[in-house]
Amino acid sequence: MSDKRKELIVSAISNGTVIDHIPTENVFQVIKILGLHKLSNPLYFGTNLESKKFGSKGIIKVSDKYFEPEEINKIALVAPSATLIEIHDYEVVRKSTVTIPEKVDKMVKCFNPNCITNKEDVSTKFTVLYDEAGNLKLACHYCEKNTSKENIVFI
Amino acid sequence: MKNRSLVSINDYSKEEIIRILDLAETFEAQPRQEILKGKVIASLFFEPSTRTRLSFESAAMQLGASVIGFSSAATTSVQKGETLNDTILTVSNYSDLIVMRHPVDGAARYASEVAPVPIINAGDGANQHPTQCLLDLYSIRKTQGTLDNLDITFVGDLKYGRTVHSLTMALCHFNTRFHLVSPPELKLPSAVKRHIKDAKLQYEQYTDMSEVIPKSDILYMTRIQRERFPDPLEYERVKNSYNLVNSMLDNGKPNLKILHPLPRVNEIHTDVDSNPMAYYFQQAQNGIYVRQALMASILGNK
Ligand SMILES: [Zn+2]
Repeated sequence: MSDKRKELIVSAISNGTVIDHIPTENVFQVIKILGLHKLSNPLYFGTNLESKKFGSKGIIKVSDKYFEPEEINKIALVAPSATLIEIHDYEVVRKSTVTIPEKVDKMVKCFNPNCITNKEDVSTKFTVLYDEAGNLKLACHYCEKNTSKENIVFI
Repeated sequence: MKNRSLVSINDYSKEEIIRILDLAETFEAQPRQEILKGKVIASLFFEPSTRTRLSFESAAMQLGASVIGFSSAATTSVQKGETLNDTILTVSNYSDLIVMRHPVDGAARYASEVAPVPIINAGDGANQHPTQCLLDLYSIRKTQGTLDNLDITFVGDLKYGRTVHSLTMALCHFNTRFHLVSPPELKLPSAVKRHIKDAKLQYEQYTDMSEVIPKSDILYMTRIQRERFPDPLEYERVKNSYNLVNSMLDNGKPNLKILHPLPRVNEIHTDVDSNPMAYYFQQAQNGIYVRQALMASILGNK
């Protein structure tokens, strides 16, 4: 497949942001976390695209929208390898990656079924921790239990 | 600490913990002081815990405060489906301080965020019970004369026992050497061990308590519950290995004291009760002074 055809799989945008290298199964989650489905801006996305690095990947392009780091870092839990490309007038003006935030609010369910956030209408709040093996864990602000990466469920 | 809630023992610094223990000593010397006269303390027990509730209520009344509240959620609007938020906001109108016990983990933290008055957590599900931790620390300091550099042995269910977790974390301020005796299934969780390592302290794990008794200054016993074992045969196999009988204390150090958060079942034989090393009933008594110190400190009277 030529470079030109690859470009056309998802339409090019004149101004806006391209979020590339999203795990293909998490594209919809990224849209939801960033609230892109609530915007009126043109939005293009693709899943199950070919990727040299990951085998398959997803991509999102949103017109006339740029993200602050704290906003985009929210997707780091589902798309830690995402690349962010800012486009002005069809030109790439900036490329960046995402960083896992220190706090994760209102995004993830607490794994503990007896946690107040699962019993009453209370928003979740977590602090991001790493265990000795370097695995990410979310420490619940309320019940103080850790939700490990494999148990993360998005709200 | 004035007007500040106490939800988790980790909310207090080492200095704040010591301040409460020092203040508790003054209440032990003189438990009846009318310093909270005119104050109203709400005692909200969303699940029954007679021992803890009576300790708090007696502590408050001995300081002249009035106590309102309930001893189980069954007779309240909670049962009609009222949210915790609404109950807490309503009760805040009638009281200067809320003591609460709740079956749900994190309920006290949430209450402390919505309530305009301070909250003392008297136990939230399996999570925290900071006044138990303070009375344990008080008991250790009182019997050993210090909290520093002690050999403290925990025995029993170290996996699910919240008192063990909180006390371990608090003792990390005091250069403790930890000895952890439990069946392999009920070892201290790695998150709690990490606190010990982060404090650059040592712990050793054992499955048999006899070898560790001669090294211990404190033997902190806990109950092993049958329902914690997926295999009932495994419970039957281990249950008696973590029961203390008087003869096992023969080679204990002279300063050794036995603590237990109570209620006990059979993990401490009644033949230990008359041994001067048995301290669990006095330990419970110390809860009154610690709770008085807390309430006086939070209400700003001390
Ligand atoms: Zn939780």
